[in-house]
Amino acid sequence: MKAPLPGWVDIGLIPVVNVLLAFVVVGLIVLAVGVNPFTAVRIMIVGAVGYPEAIGYTLYYTTNFIFTGLAVALAFHAGLFNIGGEGQAYLGGLGVGLVVLALDATLPPVLLIALAVLAAALFGAAWAAIPAYLQAYRGSHIVITTIMFNFIAAAVMVYLMVNVLIAPGSMSPESRAFADAGHLPFIHDLLAYAGITMGQSPLNLAIVWAALCCVFVWVFLWHTPWGFELRTMGHNPSAAIYAGVDIRRMTVLAMCLSGALAGFVGVNEILGVHHRLILNFTAGYGFAGIAVALMGRNHPVGIVLASLLFGMLQQGGAELSFDIPAITREMVVVIQGLIILFCGALAHFTRPWFEALFGALRARSGRTTAAGAAEA
Amino acid sequence: MPDTPPAIELRSIDKSFGPVHANRGVSLSIARGSITGIIGENGAGKSTLMSILYGLYEADSGAILVDGQPVRIKSPRDAIASGIGMVHQHFMLIDTFTVLENVVLGAETGAVLRPSLAAARQELERLGREYGLRVNPDALVGDLPVSEQQRVEILKVLYRGARILILDEPSAVLTPQETEQLFRILQALRDRGATVILITHKLREIMAATDTVFVMRHGQMVAERQTKATNSEELAELMVGRKVRLALDKPACHAEAPALTAERIGLRDGRGVAVLDNIDITVRAGEIVGIAGVSGNGQSELLEVLAGIRAPTTGRLVIGDRAIDAAHPADPAEMRALGLAHVPEDRHRYAMVAPFDATETSVLGYHHEPPFSGRYLMDRRAMAGHCSNLMEHYDVRPRRPELRSSSFSGGNQQKLVLAREIATKPKILLVGQPTRGVDIGAIEFIHRQLVAARDAGCAILVVSVELDEVMALADRILVMYGGQIVGEVEGSAADERTLGLMMANVWRPDAAKAGVP
Repeated sequence: MKAPLPGWVDIGLIPVVNVLLAFVVVGLIVLAVGVNPFTAVRIMIVGAVGYPEAIGYTLYYTTNFIFTGLAVALAFHAGLFNIGGEGQAYLGGLGVGLVVLALDATLPPVLLIALAVLAAALFGAAWAAIPAYLQAYRGSHIVITTIMFNFIAAAVMVYLMVNVLIAPGSMSPESRAFADAGHLPFIHDLLAYAGITMGQSPLNLAIVWAALCCVFVWVFLWHTPWGFELRTMGHNPSAAIYAGVDIRRMTVLAMCLSGALAGFVGVNEILGVHHRLILNFTAGYGFAGIAVALMGRNHPVGIVLASLLFGMLQQGGAELSFDIPAITREMVVVIQGLIILFCGALAHFTRPWFEALFGALRARSGRTTAAGAAEA
Repeated sequence: MPDTPPAIELRSIDKSFGPVHANRGVSLSIARGSITGIIGENGAGKSTLMSILYGLYEADSGAILVDGQPVRIKSPRDAIASGIGMVHQHFMLIDTFTVLENVVLGAETGAVLRPSLAAARQELERLGREYGLRVNPDALVGDLPVSEQQRVEILKVLYRGARILILDEPSAVLTPQETEQLFRILQALRDRGATVILITHKLREIMAATDTVFVMRHGQMVAERQTKATNSEELAELMVGRKVRLALDKPACHAEAPALTAERIGLRDGRGVAVLDNIDITVRAGEIVGIAGVSGNGQSELLEVLAGIRAPTTGRLVIGDRAIDAAHPADPAEMRALGLAHVPEDRHRYAMVAPFDATETSVLGYHHEPPFSGRYLMDRRAMAGHCSNLMEHYDVRPRRPELRSSSFSGGNQQKLVLAREIATKPKILLVGQPTRGVDIGAIEFIHRQLVAARDAGCAILVVSVELDEVMALADRILVMYGGQIVGEVEGSAADERTLGLMMANVWRPDAAKAGVP
């Protein structure tokens, strides 16, 4: 048995060291394609947070990561591995699109947006509820079914966009544009009302909704009896049965909440940015949510921090491939992948060294104290 | 051989885990060709000491001598090289491998398996002949009964050339008969020169099997005795550090109206095998009914049915006006609402959530009720207050509600669970293995709490595989065998022989009467 590490090392120092290690490896690769790694890092950082528009883009990406990260984390607390965030996000967007396309001529903006957000939650939840039901009542493993539901979601969306929802006369599979009532306000527009000028970015009010969702998840998991039951089930299903939890219903509930959170990606993308229903707007956010949750230790605060890092990588990486042609788009994906690898999958890679280091430090200070006591 | 050095000598072994001083200056010397018992309460440091000897931990200071030679044991590999082998409490076997494959695993002699297996087969044959350790080498380990799996563990250790065997609580999974068989094997090993170290907290086994016994308390070695020259009372006193009453004197019971009635309960498992068969039980307010029996005769399933974790296949339960049967099952939450509390026999599986803090574990099952929970939100302050209250009244140590449940010792976990369930003032209390893994000092306390709850009018059903415990607690004893109730005895009239015969289902009342002149 090893003595536990101090808290600040565990949640502060180790992640920072992991990020630095990742950058060292990334630097070597960048060097290999003949680019000065320091220039690359500078372009990435400036590109991610160097000016207001960049910050706007970074936060816009962050919003998506928060939604899918929370979705994975909440299911994980219930002992369920929800790989279906991608499909649930896709369906969430469909819900938003259907509501707005049907009602944007009749309803006032506030009501329309509220209904669209609700639809995102319901569609995402419904898409998660089917695998949940199959697991709880029929014993089909949720990892398998949620993966398959991603494919089904993609196929359904292609069918709908190509055959049903496509705008009349359009060549590309897109719906008609939403009326203004169906636009979630951009942050730069809101700031303009307040007299602050900020360059245009896709950042919209969905980020506030993401923050509220973080608070909701935290309160739900750690301060309500249902969250207590959900966590009990995740750690020890037998104890949950003993405590009187209907674990089949709880499985469905947890997955529905998880799916609803993933569905909110549709709010950010469809209601906030594209203002029309399009294909492939989920762009892998559902899968990235797994890494976000892993890195954020399944806690809302950690997820916000991890989402910020992912958002910065996304935005900074885009700038990098734009500025330095030698670094292609694929190269940027490699860089992002390495950072995820070091911070997520290898999160405990450096731990034994820290344990040895702090063990040695402690032993020395212990001996010093003992020696001091002996002298006294 | 008067000058033979001891097989094992430990000199002032010291080991700390952070602030916990698990072993302080422990010295002992174990003669070759003997069976030595190491006894002590949970947390007394016996497992730590043996883990040091086996190389799982390294001592902070102190020396280990094997056959008089100082050795440095940094890993189990070193221990095995020094001829020390360990049979763990939880078997380290692979169910889907054969006995032979399990024995060879990790001791293969090359890239091709066949020669290793052939050599191992011969060696197993020899070991089986010499020590009476007969196991079919081609059987799948998963198909073997627990007692034979344990033999495979012992064979594994012997196959690696161990001359010194450490057995950690070996009887925890065995019936009394199997335990006796095990002791015969250990004696055969000793007679052929092996040295056996037996770690246990069961006094009875120490008295039955060992030559010498060491007693540990609070990380120190407090006594060494020749087994012949001591007795259970003295050892118990040495373990706890004060006089212990192994018997419980309790006032006569005043049983009142039935609180829980089970009528012709039957249960079939997934394969359709009847695990419970026509069970009739009545528990009255103010009495303790004890269920005795060898582990695995349906007691666990009976508790699960009574607690609402499983619905009975046939028959029904009656609590007050509510009748529960296959068509009208009640889940554990409804059972609690009916006034039934349940201390499960497997507390790690059912009664607590290891990573939760003690505060959260102290409301498990009652988390929906005021004052712990309002309409939507839980009141953590009320929960923490409740937890410290329980800890105070039941002497749970350390008194720190914010610690992880799994960081408490077994006895303290059990006291917390018991406190949680009794605190609700239930009408019916089901208790499975009330003192499994609990220190002798805490056993006495837990028994007194149960009797106090009984005297307050609670109907209590105790299931235990410890015959002494059932006899000490119960006002009425029912014996289970093969999923049926095969005998009933008044608590005051119970004797070990009769109960033992009932547990083996060979009790013939007439024959017994005929046997008495």
